[in-house]
Amino acid sequence: MRRKQTPPPSSDYVAGNGLVDRRLFLTGTAAGVAFSAPTAAGELAIEPWMTTPGAPFVPYGQPSRFEDKVVRVGAAPPNAPGTGATRTPLHLLDGAITPNGLHFERSHSGVPDIDPAVHRLLIHGLVKRPLVFTLAALSRYPMESRITFIECGGNSAALNQKDPAPLNAQALHGLLSSAEWTGVKLSTLLDEAGVEPNASWLLAEGGDAASMSRSFPLEKALDDALIALYQNGERLRPSNGYPVRLLLPGYEGNMQVKWLRRIKVTDGPVMTKDETSKYTLLTPDGKALQFVFPMETKSVITQPSPGLTLKERGFYEISGLAWSGYGKIAQVEVSVDGAKSWALAALQEPVLPKALTRFRIPWRWDGGPAVLQSRATDESGNIQPTRAALLAKRGPKALYHFNAIASWGVAQSGEVTHVYA
Amino acid sequence: MFTHDVVLAAALTLSSAQTLAAESPGIGRVPTQEEIAAWDISIGPDGAGLPTGSGTPKQGETVFAEKCVACHGEKGVGKPNDALVGGRGTLAGDQTPVKTVGSYWPYATTIFDYVRRAMPLNESKSLTNDEVYAVVAYILRQNGVVGEDEVIDARSLPKVRMPNRNGFVTFAPGK
Repeated sequence: MRRKQTPPPSSDYVAGNGLVDRRLFLTGTAAGVAFSAPTAAGELAIEPWMTTPGAPFVPYGQPSRFEDKVVRVGAAPPNAPGTGATRTPLHLLDGAITPNGLHFERSHSGVPDIDPAVHRLLIHGLVKRPLVFTLAALSRYPMESRITFIECGGNSAALNQKDPAPLNAQALHGLLSSAEWTGVKLSTLLDEAGVEPNASWLLAEGGDAASMSRSFPLEKALDDALIALYQNGERLRPSNGYPVRLLLPGYEGNMQVKWLRRIKVTDGPVMTKDETSKYTLLTPDGKALQFVFPMETKSVITQPSPGLTLKERGFYEISGLAWSGYGKIAQVEVSVDGAKSWALAALQEPVLPKALTRFRIPWRWDGGPAVLQSRATDESGNIQPTRAALLAKRGPKALYHFNAIASWGVAQSGEVTHVYA
Repeated sequence: MFTHDVVLAAALTLSSAQTLAAESPGIGRVPTQEEIAAWDISIGPDGAGLPTGSGTPKQGETVFAEKCVACHGEKGVGKPNDALVGGRGTLAGDQTPVKTVGSYWPYATTIFDYVRRAMPLNESKSLTNDEVYAVVAYILRQNGVVGEDEVIDARSLPKVRMPNRNGFVTFAPGK
């Protein structure tokens, strides 16, 4: 054991196994941060790119060629190459916004190649005036922007397994992304159509080959639903619904219907395939929870995480993402000793409702074993449960909406792996 | 001064957006009933929206063999893709649940809705309404939900009682 048994040298420590006060870190006065070894000879040389002109301009920028490992990964079932999902490389990103090219994808029959000049959005059903909109018409309406996360209802499902899957943050939790979405409030369009008094639900249907469809409550439509046209300032990416998608902030990803073509106002749920046979949570008594809409309070540490091996003892920043479909994140606690002790992480501003919140806390790794965990609490007081508590409540077959605390084990070698703790 | 007033007026307009919410371009076009009918393919659990046409399990067997078997296996038992048949009694307890149309789906209308809009995967919306009714009848028959000679149509389909009809509980936060 190389683990030091000596007590912390100062009162900077706020929890066991080396967690340092987040405020000291923020003011840049965290004690004991070691300086690197003196610069090796030649490290500060004049490099070739400093002496000849660089590349010319390009119409649409791409990441550096040195970042070619920062990509989505995923899989499709047999016979269905466009059906399935790809996942966001959470462990290789920072901040709280996902670049458009790395936003996770989930399609039920591939990504349609929709001509925006031909695409229409129909609103009908229990309305006084059914309406058809062209993209040009939609683009003339008053718009709003919302920074929100989208998380697939099936994200983190591997943590239902009996043994920890030997996977990284991307493979386990990467059906999670975030963007600034801009578009027309659904309530604006419903006002124009005139919702009948007996209306209580809506059906949203996509223009893909599966005509993916989901029902959602009228209350949500009138609250903060958006007919989104833009993603991080540019038109939606095809795999995120180009040219128009439904955005239901905080709700499970499957409901944010992409390639939105039709909204039908109804007096009850249509009971589509994806709200009955899928996205329902089977509990131990054989009954399934249906219409589980908000993604619950959750967090995950993205750095360090599997694949990001700690090379030497010393200072590291533990950083991750926290979110709640119910509102804002109130606090995130971090433990590095397997939940024996916890310390508050710093929350990166702005902390927005139903958005990803980046948290950070400094850590001095002493070279010994550690178990890294984060626990989020939202403004309504919802606390992220332990895995044992969630499984005790819903059983191991619920599959969807897995929001329990995830654990990374750090070995003396510095290797980080997915563990249960 | 004039410029200042204009800026101020613009700021006031933005801050009072609430009261101006009714101000919208009003440029949606009112579609014809025929246009709506052509688009509206969703089928409610009461059968609302089911088209004319009909099919029997026997007719469905032919459609299934031609259009479905490659993905859903002989008699719909699954592989390489989802199983449509079997799994009754596997939902509760410690066993691995086998969620199929017969063991899990609460409404028979959903089968029609889904098959018509999304199946077969490589040529969705290619089946006639009669073919959809027939293949629905076949899947229901394979699950023992309807008899061999049952005619499935807009009248009979909503009356089909699925085995797991009472298997769902509406979620309330905290559960």
